[in-house]
Amino acid sequence: MVLTVRDLAVTRGGLAILEGVSFDLNAGEALVLRGPNGIGKTTLLRSVAGLQPPEGGTVTGAEDQIAYAAHSDGLKAMLSVTENLKFWASVFGLSDIEPALIAFDLTELRNRMAGTLSAGQKRRLGLARLMVTGRPIWVLDEPTVSLDAASVALFAEAVRAHLQQGGSALMATHIDLGLDEARVLDLTPFKAAPRTRQMDEAFL
Amino acid sequence: MRALLLRDLMLAIRAGGGFGLGLAFFLIVTVLVPFGVGPQTELLSRIAPGILWIGALLACLLSLDRILALDWEDGSLDLLATAPLPMEGIVTIKALAHWITTGLPLVLAAPVLGVLLSLPVPAYQWVVISLAVGTPALSVIGTFGAALTVGLKRGGLLMSLLVLPLYVPTLIFGAEVARRGAEGLTVQTPLLLLAGISFGVIALLPFASAAVLRINLR
Repeated sequence: MVLTVRDLAVTRGGLAILEGVSFDLNAGEALVLRGPNGIGKTTLLRSVAGLQPPEGGTVTGAEDQIAYAAHSDGLKAMLSVTENLKFWASVFGLSDIEPALIAFDLTELRNRMAGTLSAGQKRRLGLARLMVTGRPIWVLDEPTVSLDAASVALFAEAVRAHLQQGGSALMATHIDLGLDEARVLDLTPFKAAPRTRQMDEAFL
Repeated sequence: MRALLLRDLMLAIRAGGGFGLGLAFFLIVTVLVPFGVGPQTELLSRIAPGILWIGALLACLLSLDRILALDWEDGSLDLLATAPLPMEGIVTIKALAHWITTGLPLVLAAPVLGVLLSLPVPAYQWVVISLAVGTPALSVIGTFGAALTVGLKRGGLLMSLLVLPLYVPTLIFGAEVARRGAEGLTVQTPLLLLAGISFGVIALLPFASAAVLRINLR
């Protein structure tokens, strides 16, 4: 068991949106979170990544194990593709960025400034960053936004390779990545019941 | 940590970076003050240490909201927070990068610009020393202000209001060192107090900055 989440409850903007979420993630396993907009996929992932303290419940096994990729890629427009990746690699104590460049087909763009890349190319660079972290658990929030079909296939290939090396992935996505080994967790049943009493307490 | 410092310095020097912004502002202030005051060299040389200090302080203030806001906008702050760097280390490096790109050029430019304000000769060394001791405090306090307001739309105004009062002790003792130096008085007491402020904020504020940053990232 790499990552264990038990009875997790999360809030967004002070309102409880999810409660009682429990799941396990094993090595070599991918878990796909589904659910309508606003159900709390991003908030849940941020809690798992440790950016936001959960309202209740526990996340175990996440400490220093997670590579998080959010909606924004964290790229610097004035640094080249190589410099962006080299920076993240050295932050995580690694140095070899070549496999990441090759996996996401960025070798020809390596000297371009990140600011001059297209949206899809930026996304690919943002995802390539995951490979230079060396972290076993990938936590991905809508990783395929603005990717074309070929790039989605590249991404699925990278995830599969990561899983085969004993890594695991937790992602929120709507499209089918063609990962047979991926389990799907629908978050709709975990929607938090509206709690009016709390609201009253705030005003009393 | 070193990678973060190098990246911040590289970004500051590349086009669109913040390097030179504070320096240009400092230059403009010190060039314009003699025009505003008029051709009274004696008055000018009396107010020169204070003008240099106020110019340096405002120049620092000008570039504060870039310290964390840019990283917050493009999402790198979230990613740095999940990286194996302690948050205290991140804010310290950010403050150090701000000092190297803003504070250090001001320290080096001050004696050159002092000529324009007919700074008395004995004051030169004390202006440089007081700025060298005091500007790190400005950067560290400024990073705290930036951490408090990161993520707020138009947070720059609020940050200036929050940071300015915190800058006052540094300004008072820094300008006092320079003024006493200009008049040939002993500078030991204000210089020690200035150094005390700098070391105090360098030792304590990164923890406060890291704490508010963690809250703001939620």
